[in-house]
Amino acid sequence: MAKYESVIGLEVHIELRTKTKIFCDCPADHGGDPNTRCCPVCMGMPGTLPVLNKRVVEFASRAGMMLNCEIAHFSKMDRKNYFYPDLPKAYQISQLDHPLCEHGYIDINVNGEEKRIGITRIHIEEDAGKLVHTDGGSGADCNRCGVPLIEIVSEPDIRTAAQARAYLERLRELIRWVGVSDCQMETGSMRCDVNLSIRPVGDTNLYTRTEIKNLNSFKHIVAAIDAEKARQIDETEAGRALVQETRRYDPEKDKTYSMRVKENANDYRYFPDPDLVPIILTDEDHARFRAMIPDLPEERLAKYVNELKLPEATAKSLCEEPVLANLFSAAAEQVQQPKLLANLMLADSDAVSIPAEIWTELTNLCAANKINRSAPAKLLEAYRETGKDISALVQELGLEQVQDTGLLNSVADEVIAANPKAVADYKAGKEAAIKALMGQIMKRTKGAANPQEATALLKEKLAKL
Amino acid sequence: MKYSEMNIASLAELLQKREVSARELAADALNAIAETDGTVGAYLTVAEEEAYRQADAADAMLKNGTAGALTGIPFAMKDNICTKGVRTTCASKMLENWLPVYDACVTERLKAAGAVMLGKTNMDEFAMGSSSESSALGKTRNPAAPDYVPGGSSGGSAAAVAANECAFAIGSDTGGSIRQPASFCGVVGMKPTYGTVSRYGLVAYASSFDQIGPLTKTVTDNAKVLEAISCHDRRDSTSLPEFDTNYSALIGKDLTGMRIGLPKEYFGEGIHPDVAALVKDAAKQLEKAGAVIEECSLPAVSYALPAYYVLCCAEASSNLARFDGIRYGFRAEGIEDLDQLYRKTRTQGFGREVRRRILLGNYVLSAGYYDAYYKKAQQARTLLIRAFAELFRSYDMLLTPVAPTPAYKIGEKSNDPMEMALGDICTVPVNLGGLPAISVPCGMSAAADGAKLPVGFQLIGPAFSEAKLYQAAAAYESGV
Repeated sequence: MAKYESVIGLEVHIELRTKTKIFCDCPADHGGDPNTRCCPVCMGMPGTLPVLNKRVVEFASRAGMMLNCEIAHFSKMDRKNYFYPDLPKAYQISQLDHPLCEHGYIDINVNGEEKRIGITRIHIEEDAGKLVHTDGGSGADCNRCGVPLIEIVSEPDIRTAAQARAYLERLRELIRWVGVSDCQMETGSMRCDVNLSIRPVGDTNLYTRTEIKNLNSFKHIVAAIDAEKARQIDETEAGRALVQETRRYDPEKDKTYSMRVKENANDYRYFPDPDLVPIILTDEDHARFRAMIPDLPEERLAKYVNELKLPEATAKSLCEEPVLANLFSAAAEQVQQPKLLANLMLADSDAVSIPAEIWTELTNLCAANKINRSAPAKLLEAYRETGKDISALVQELGLEQVQDTGLLNSVADEVIAANPKAVADYKAGKEAAIKALMGQIMKRTKGAANPQEATALLKEKLAKL
Repeated sequence: MKYSEMNIASLAELLQKREVSARELAADALNAIAETDGTVGAYLTVAEEEAYRQADAADAMLKNGTAGALTGIPFAMKDNICTKGVRTTCASKMLENWLPVYDACVTERLKAAGAVMLGKTNMDEFAMGSSSESSALGKTRNPAAPDYVPGGSSGGSAAAVAANECAFAIGSDTGGSIRQPASFCGVVGMKPTYGTVSRYGLVAYASSFDQIGPLTKTVTDNAKVLEAISCHDRRDSTSLPEFDTNYSALIGKDLTGMRIGLPKEYFGEGIHPDVAALVKDAAKQLEKAGAVIEECSLPAVSYALPAYYVLCCAEASSNLARFDGIRYGFRAEGIEDLDQLYRKTRTQGFGREVRRRILLGNYVLSAGYYDAYYKKAQQARTLLIRAFAELFRSYDMLLTPVAPTPAYKIGEKSNDPMEMALGDICTVPVNLGGLPAISVPCGMSAAADGAKLPVGFQLIGPAFSEAKLYQAAAAYESGV
């Protein structure tokens, strides 16, 4: 087997998370009953016309920049003509010869080996609808029609299933990081087709390739690559010629099967869409998009660990979710204790729904001991319900920490007097006994005492006994 | 004079003076349709209820002082422009019972202006043709001579105006579809600059050529209607952002110093002698009115017809692909699989001319032929645009025939697509260039059978020269 190597190129489709569709004002997100998120335009009604959503150009350009692409100054939309019941206009508006982005790359690392995988192009296009098959017959759901997609085409630089996986993982990480898609294979917001051919190791020619479509997880992609490579080797060794065709992978049988698509039947008759005008991007547009490109995720992680002194695990948790990391970075600019901020944010199940300035305020209140450590959860809950200012909520809920040392002094005296056993234990060397005393203080102050101050005060008093 | 014979300006005056109500005008127009349309066949749908509803709205506008130039004026709409709730057929079996769920931009504009739509007019199927004979749903006759075609594709709109079945009509022009029927029927027809009237809601034939425009009894009426329908529309990406819509501004100003070129290529072989003579007479009239007339040359015009047919068929093949029997419109019966659904629906739903152009368009776009046809045709288009621009450095406008001949007999050319296409030779260069051009009646030609057939001349200007074209056309009209 070792005498053959695979030559693999990947075509990845990613849904862009713009608010509206690519050519009309319908919402672009998933969900809704069939045909409730569409209009005459995305349903291709006679007489309707597409209008390009500028945010799609912005999102796709940002994705391209994240993947080290050159962004076009001149780009245009073309029609790809074919009949299918999920395609209302019987053509898909896509891009043929002037894609928005070209000549990018992704660096991967597989088992310590660095490799650069080229990206040929990224173009924008509209998604098609979905066919719904029921007992009563088949129907077309147009909700997905016009959802913006980017198609990312790699160079045939990938040689193994492991490299393919590493490429896809890094691609997903970067696209999520730049904030233009959630890239979920399971919901279809990221989809991958594999182009694969084999050749003897050392040969640099390209031979007949097959395309494997409809792969819905990284696991299946890896398995399909291995299965298809094995099949191609078997065919070649048996002296049978390979056919350029589209195949599908059956995970049950771990084999690929021909979809019997006649390749010569696919003449898409591309031509420039006369309903749309060319996309012209100026240097200023490029600069505007460039300003939105974040540092790399590993650079951010390093910054959190080295500069903000976050524990590595905490930093990683933040960086897993780009929106969370960006929120943290924004909030961290105004706080003295970034670690406290990180812990507060990670303790909340929906931190991204809270604005950065609220996180800053909460962190600073905690850091200044103006509220205690259990107060933020209560404040966040109240904030979500009422949307009121944090300072107002602190007042309203009586969460201000007791700063009055006179009061704390007398409470500490009372507690010491009322708990002779705990005092005796502490004096006898059981340091844990102070916890019982602290509990009493917190109880009597209804949690308003500053635990650090109270502990210090108790220790001081006990030492004098 | 009967209301139905009056032009927009006169009707508007009567409405303003409360001498007649919009409702009365609508009733009168519907009556005229009932009397004449059995012979003319201009309408595919008469929308009586809709007309009265809009007339009542117009009367309210007249009462509360918000009326404009078109408030209460009855008009006809070509049946490829969407009208919410009123069937829009494109004169095709494919859309015979299709009810749009939305109004075209032009429909919205006219409604807002208080104009009263009487119904939808016949046309060549999907606007493909020059005689209205390719309609699958009706036959329209030339009001001037019932055995003759009204021209096309906006034949129903031109005939409705000529037969006094409306005060004005809206048409669309892809390769001459407003101007040629205007010439055949003896009315005024304007094809405006590409991008000045929104195509939103116009069922596309060839998107980079299609343009909506008015057909009227007079030049001034035409300018007024264009002022009402022309605007920027964000729903049409090819709609131009900013331009002057004061199209009647120059009407009545004299033509002293205006330079009009007569491109000799438009007066050569194949041009009927009556047409050439009548257009040259018009040139003399314009000269009398102060214009300088000069012969000039536009050799690039020889590329126009082949380039036009390649490009418009290519666009049409894609634009008409959506009629597949899945979501709306005609669906063939006895279907066993998807492939059959497409084949049978499209074979049975489209007429011969439409199928011919779809096939031609698919051919020129197919792998291996794109460069030889589509790309070459685009290059020819660019050459022609440059040649026009060069001429407009020397001339304000060009004067040409609209069609090589007057109207021909029904059935005379309908089986000869090549002969039919040659009739578009004078009009298609304008669409390739996205230019404005107007067709103005300039006399009658006597046919061998004694029929008197209207003939029009065409004035072609550079982009945004509509006001000047109307100025020259109005000067001619007032001098006749």
